[in-house]
Amino acid sequence: MADALTHAATMVGRSVRLSSRNPDAVITALALPVLLMLVFVYLFGGAIDTGGGYGRYVDYVAPGVLVLCAGFGAGTTAMSVADDMKGAVIDRFRSLDVGGTAVLAGHVAASVVRNLAATVLVFGVAFAVGFRPEAGVGGWLASAGLLLAVITAISWVAAAFGLLADSPEAAGGFTFFLAFLPYPSSAFVPVDSMPGWLHGFAEHQPLTPVIESLRGLLLGRPVGGSPWEALAWCAGLTAVSVAAAAALFRRRTS
Amino acid sequence: MPQPARPAVEAAGLTKAYGRTTVLDGVGLSVAPGTVFALLGPNGAGKTTTVRILATLLRADAGGARVAGFDVAAERSRVRRAISLTGQYAALDEQQTGAENLRMVARLSGLSRPAARRRAAELLERFALAGDAADRRVGTYSGGMRRRLDLAAGLVGDPSVIFLDEPTTGLDPRSRQAVWDEVRRLADAGVTVFLTTQYLEEADRLADRIALLDGGKLVAEGTAAELKQQVSAERLDLTLVSPEAYEEVAHALGHLTVRRDPATRTLGVTTDGRAAHIRDLLDAVDPDRTLIERFALHSATLDDVFLKVTRDG
Ligand SMILES: Nc1ncnc2c1ncn2[C@@H]1O[C@H](COP(=O)(O)OP(=O)(O)OP(=O)(O)O)[C@@H](O)[C@H]1O
Ligand SMILES: [Mg+2]
Repeated sequence: MADALTHAATMVGRSVRLSSRNPDAVITALALPVLLMLVFVYLFGGAIDTGGGYGRYVDYVAPGVLVLCAGFGAGTTAMSVADDMKGAVIDRFRSLDVGGTAVLAGHVAASVVRNLAATVLVFGVAFAVGFRPEAGVGGWLASAGLLLAVITAISWVAAAFGLLADSPEAAGGFTFFLAFLPYPSSAFVPVDSMPGWLHGFAEHQPLTPVIESLRGLLLGRPVGGSPWEALAWCAGLTAVSVAAAAALFRRRTS
Repeated sequence: MPQPARPAVEAAGLTKAYGRTTVLDGVGLSVAPGTVFALLGPNGAGKTTTVRILATLLRADAGGARVAGFDVAAERSRVRRAISLTGQYAALDEQQTGAENLRMVARLSGLSRPAARRRAAELLERFALAGDAADRRVGTYSGGMRRRLDLAAGLVGDPSVIFLDEPTTGLDPRSRQAVWDEVRRLADAGVTVFLTTQYLEEADRLADRIALLDGGKLVAEGTAAELKQQVSAERLDLTLVSPEAYEEVAHALGHLTVRRDPATRTLGVTTDGRAAHIRDLLDAVDPDRTLIERFALHSATLDDVFLKVTRDG
């Protein structure tokens, strides 16, 4: 048990350090969030009418950009997992009796750290361009918890894809759809404005309750049951991905 | 009277196939504790596969093995705690420094943070990587430095059995010598070293016992001296007068030939070194005494053994 904890802690330290030295990971975690926020607010924002009494587009779009960043971050995570699996380094870890859980926990923890940095930046830029949330302490705490749950879920999904892919390039490809998933949701434009055939998917996909909840919580509006729905999605996705990742790791290393 | 020590590595009937390709076909071997064992074989012989099975990273389809007294299939964790593996390709993080890599391995081996720091410093010193190199990222290291760091990483946990998969492939003579010195030092300290190599010279110099692996089968096993005896002690090199003569004699000798060098028109055959045998042999292939320009007698090398057993087998 003590062993497993030391292993996990050591692997977390390793993955965080490797991330901080991987230019791709740093750009995705630090530059991309800033750029995306500015692109949405200044390039698209002027043309988008979200209706429903959102004064500024930034108030509407901030949660969507947060989730979009997590989607992009998934690519980094999947690639770093795939990179480990193809290299000789995984043999060394296994010969040191380090379990798959510790290796993957390292990657997921580093992913969460990168995404939290991205989140802070998105909020920073959003404030700078006029985002004025009206959440109280409870709303902020709930938002933070929900964000953490989403980021964790997406990170585990990415880790599982990294194990499924047989090369880092393929892993990057697999996670492409995670970076795309926020678009057909209420992240950037209201679902009503989309073609009819897309409504079903856009309203029921996992990111919609997440984004609706974040938006509501931050702007101090009623959110109904959507935070619970969002949490259920996150918990479900995390559980499935953790199990899938464990099984894939075993398959890859036997 | 001391008890005869149990083998440090013992395997029987190891078999592994990928699809229809049989990669290992009933490999059995035994390595006494504190000795150096070399598994010698060409590309694709199955060396890495054997090592990975013995190091618990791969399961054999059939057969079994015990390492440091533990079963590699049923007692993986105990085997892992007793061994270390330095694989064919460097298992290092390019984006971490040498010191960071070693400290990480030390922590994973169960050392406390201060102990890990000390152990890393000690090993960096021992492998001539202290100072500036220690704090440089491994991505900037030369091939020799990487290999040394990789070896050092294998020694962090004080293993009693060390597996080295082609530890010197691709190294220049000086780095190779450094690795050889280190292997000897380990053996002197009582560690069992199981190494694989494609170089006969390396096996000859380092190993107490050598096994020849070819096409997934062990084709010979013994000390270097025993193996050389298998082919007979001497090799007779015949230099022919012309390329035509070379072809003719090569044909006449057939599978007796253990060495061919068309560039110098030289053919090597094994002999026990007796004058009568050499005279008969020369008369038999060159009755008119016109084809052979000169001959020379050498002690057989492991190369000769290898060529002979792989050709006959
Ligand atoms: N995962 C795999 N799938 C299919 N074939 C494999 C696999 N691993 C190894 N092989 C095959 O098994 C054979 C033996 O491989 P192995 O790596 O053990 O040889 P080796 O003696 O270590 O060779 P080298 O000197 O090139 O390292 C080779 O023909 C190789 O192609
Ligand atoms: Mg090999």
